[in-house]
Amino acid sequence: MTVAVSILPEQQLAVLNAAYRQAVARRRWRLLLGIVVFAAALVLAAVGAEVNLRTLFTYFGNFLSYFDRIFTLDSGQRVWTDVGEWLWGWRKWLRMLGETLLISYVGTLIGATFAFCLNFFAAENTSPAPWLRFVVRRLLEFARTVPGIVFALIFVIAFGLGPMAGVLAIAIHSTGALGKLFSEIVENADMKPVEGIRSTGASWLSCMRFAVVPQVTAGYASYALLRFEINVREASVMGFVGAGGIGQELVVAIRKFYYSDVSAILLTIIVTVFIIDITTGWLRGRLFGKEART
Amino acid sequence: MTGPQEVDTAALRARYPDVFDRPASARLAMPAMIVAAFAILVYGLVDLDFSPSRFFNGLSQLGWISLMMIPPDPGSSLPIYLKALGETLSIALLGTTLAAVFALPVSLLAARNVIPSQILRFPVRRFLDSIRGVDTLIWALVWINVVGLGPFAGVLAIAVSDFGAFGKLFSEAIEGADQKQVEGIRASGGSPLHEIRFGLLPQVLPVIAGQVLYFIESNTRSATIIGIVGAGGIGLQLAEQIRVLEWQKVSFLILMILVAVAAIDFISGKLRFAIIGRRAVA
Repeated sequence: MTVAVSILPEQQLAVLNAAYRQAVARRRWRLLLGIVVFAAALVLAAVGAEVNLRTLFTYFGNFLSYFDRIFTLDSGQRVWTDVGEWLWGWRKWLRMLGETLLISYVGTLIGATFAFCLNFFAAENTSPAPWLRFVVRRLLEFARTVPGIVFALIFVIAFGLGPMAGVLAIAIHSTGALGKLFSEIVENADMKPVEGIRSTGASWLSCMRFAVVPQVTAGYASYALLRFEINVREASVMGFVGAGGIGQELVVAIRKFYYSDVSAILLTIIVTVFIIDITTGWLRGRLFGKEART
Repeated sequence: MTGPQEVDTAALRARYPDVFDRPASARLAMPAMIVAAFAILVYGLVDLDFSPSRFFNGLSQLGWISLMMIPPDPGSSLPIYLKALGETLSIALLGTTLAAVFALPVSLLAARNVIPSQILRFPVRRFLDSIRGVDTLIWALVWINVVGLGPFAGVLAIAVSDFGAFGKLFSEAIEGADQKQVEGIRASGGSPLHEIRFGLLPQVLPVIAGQVLYFIESNTRSATIIGIVGAGGIGLQLAEQIRVLEWQKVSFLILMILVAVAAIDFISGKLRFAIIGRRAVA
């Protein structure tokens, strides 16, 4: 059989081979170094986080038996054998869930409104002044980076216990998150309509209203819906710090070891989150076409 | 003289009826939606006890609190706070790594191009969805019941809740992979395991690495708060100082969190670009 591939002269081949081996070796060294650094970081983190494998193995049974316990009624039967008994508090829980949904709805809407007002100042192409852009961006960054539940903790002290603190915390966090996303949409908008409107002598406000807003509303609404989804999850734990919603019931059930209540409340939360996810996904698909399903 | 004002409106109206006379249903849809959205908002405000007096009282309280926060001052507990911050970073790193290690095999089971059978995939996916539907804080509470208070519970909480997220993201990355390589391996007589090892993983590993780094970033944020329920880290200190109204320490802790998150963002952003180039990661 003839060889179809031409083979280079020995000398040339040796040089190329050496270069190739060197390149591969360098890559392997870098990979190895990366792995060593990562492993060292992991060990350091394990010490820092007080990881104790013996505790884990000793008590891992607890984890499994915890699920065993939350699926057992007081009478010792499995929860699904007596659904009426399991979901005994459904009226109350549904009311609290409704409160959770309202908290996230009102919080998202307020946050989206603020984000809408602020984002034109934060976007590169529409901001009237660089210093204003800097200030607004730092503000949004602050609102976004401080976790919502920290705001909730502080607001509970300022506004008293109850859903008001939760709503405001979610509103602030949403302002930060949506403000950034909104301004990114604005930065991608076509500037030709703005120039056209400015050439007619319109003010900055009219430029935004008639040139930018019509281009970006669909994107805004899509992101706001996505945020609502996230906020429902967030609102479900706001009750942990006393800021209203179903979390309050859940934390009481967990702390007081009302096992079957824990699983019942968790079930209602998971089902609600599913429904919200599916509904908003469907709504986004219908309003803005397939590509908006992120 | 023909100015723009002399356009034959009647002819235009005849030619584009949809532009000039939109059907009533189309014209009413937007205002109706706005009215509905506003109505729910008002109902919500009433139902959630939003009284103006309470709101303004709270605002003035908040003003006082902000004044008392200045200047941020750790007092004599700076070493404790630094240790807590280290704990938080450890929780984020370990939790994310654990989640990624466990999620990779499971995500293969949830990917359409690895497991074609809908019946096998369905339970895996719903399982991942259920884990994701429960917030990290709730997982933290569950793990505290198992391993006790402390950062270890935090690690496990982050690991479990991220496991759900990673499982979904990884399986999407795997489904987006090119099937040609896999077919090539199969054609040369490779087993299904070979197909995954040599056909799929080389394609998806960079994407997955990018996602893991991104999650370490966002988990630094989550890890700062799980301390609020007692799962270790800086959130524990923060919640305590808020409860005892030590506002200067609170503002110092918040500043620490902001700086730490910014630093992690910066570092992992650099790493991410080094690994996968300037490609956007979902």
